[in-house]
Amino acid sequence: MSQPSLTTACAAMLRRDLTLAWRRRGDIAMPVLYALIVTMLFPFALGPEDTLLQRIAGGVVLVTVLLAMLLALDAMFASDIEDGSLEQLVLAPQPLALMLGMKILAHWLTIALPLIVISPLMAALLHLPGPVIPVLLLALLLATPLLSLLGAVLVALTVGTRRSGMLLALMLLPLCVPAVIFAAGAVAAAQQGLPWLAPISWLAAALVLAVVLAPLACAAALRIALDS
Amino acid sequence: MANWIPLWLHRLSSPPTFYRFAGTLLPWAMTLTVLLGAIALYGGLVLAPADYQQGDAYRIIFIHVPSAWMSMFIYAVMGVASFIALVWRIKLAEVVAMESAPIGAAFTFITLVTGSLWGKPMWGTWWTWDARLTSELVLLFLFLGVIGLYRAFEDRRQGARAAAFLAIIGIINVPIVHFSVNWWNTLHQGSTVNVFGHSKMSWDMLWPLLTMTLATKFYYAASLFRRVRTDLLALEGGKDWVRQIAQGEDTP
Amino acid sequence: MNAMQSFLAMGGYAAYVWPAYAVFFIVLIADTIAPRLRRQRLLRELRARFARQSTRQPRAGNGASPTPSSAAIDGERTS
Repeated sequence: MSQPSLTTACAAMLRRDLTLAWRRRGDIAMPVLYALIVTMLFPFALGPEDTLLQRIAGGVVLVTVLLAMLLALDAMFASDIEDGSLEQLVLAPQPLALMLGMKILAHWLTIALPLIVISPLMAALLHLPGPVIPVLLLALLLATPLLSLLGAVLVALTVGTRRSGMLLALMLLPLCVPAVIFAAGAVAAAQQGLPWLAPISWLAAALVLAVVLAPLACAAALRIALDS
Repeated sequence: MANWIPLWLHRLSSPPTFYRFAGTLLPWAMTLTVLLGAIALYGGLVLAPADYQQGDAYRIIFIHVPSAWMSMFIYAVMGVASFIALVWRIKLAEVVAMESAPIGAAFTFITLVTGSLWGKPMWGTWWTWDARLTSELVLLFLFLGVIGLYRAFEDRRQGARAAAFLAIIGIINVPIVHFSVNWWNTLHQGSTVNVFGHSKMSWDMLWPLLTMTLATKFYYAASLFRRVRTDLLALEGGKDWVRQIAQGEDTP
Repeated sequence: MNAMQSFLAMGGYAAYVWPAYAVFFIVLIADTIAPRLRRQRLLRELRARFARQSTRQPRAGNGASPTPSSAAIDGERTS
């Protein structure tokens, strides 16, 4: 019996997680609904005045997406730790970092991508000017995988502990500050007609770094958390 | 195993040896803390003249700046100890890293509060989002996160390793936050770019500051020794040397 | 007493300076006391546990039933 190739293994991992998510596709709607509802709250809280909403729109969409992802992060490893398949994965001959990378990708596809798709709607609710929306989308496309990757490392650290979701938020949010700054900065710059490529480039650079390092860190974190 | 570590250092990392070592040094550290602290406070509050621009309000500097330096110093010590704990799995390193976090959090909290109390009369605001303050706030969250993660684990050693990992991630994060907030401040040009520039401090003000800095270092040592000793007792609970101490001491 | 009063007034900034110093002392004193309390509690627990162990079985040699938290991963492990 020959060992499957690395690509086959990756594809299998991805397919497995996507299939599992599809079977619970009701859950996919949750972060989207959450984000829409929270976005709705801001005009109620701050008043419907256009200029104010426009001013905060980019930041609000970004933070709301971030919080929605935070809430969904627990699910990344939850079911796998429960049925023991996560430990199997750690013992498998395939490189753990690569397999975890596929898991993170699946999680991003099922959680973040829907959020990105409805983000123009959220932005429109807050009267973000039309020409800025592509920049918002680009910023989200770069920032959300960054969040997924960072979040995965921290979720791996806490896997199997009895802890509240608040602890994860406490650990993760300080790490997200630079991503939020650059993503929102890009949108704000675009809104003011200033060049926005610099912060986007920083985000892209951070993402590349994270794609390489985070799965490795996630594997190390998982080994620490499961090793007992 | 690393053979280059000097023998005494290796011996020191044995829990009973360190327990005795720390126990001997602890009263000295506390004495030096109180002594140097008292001298520094007298020098700063009584002897030093009022500042030309800031009047007497500047005297907050004698606790604010040493606390800020301590928060950074402890963060560095925690990082080094965490690294050693993760790579070599030395119990003592784990304990030092974990027990540094609450002390670091205390000094960071003091820094933020005293800074705020200094900022209000001087710059008219309790808080500003410049790089230094924001990074200090993120540092506080890092310490709290390490403490929280450590406590979330049933197994202390596993918890220490996980929290050490978080500490190292967080340590990389703080300079990144500093950098990104700097950039963000240039983008949103409204924010105050202030640095309390005391160009050259007069010696009357400098020596109490330096003395207090030294005092806080000894305080950290004392507090750390105290905490580590208790932790070692808890970790090694079943061992003979702990039994001897628990039963031998009438007054703990 | 005027010197004392002017010292306490801190040039008008007393409302800022003294609370700052208060925070400094309160936090550090709390940080000093908390480990001491913990240590006393721990020693009490340890003594109680050792007393239970010695009544339960005659002391044969080394530590009988270690705590779950320390036992599982006792002893230095080199990677």
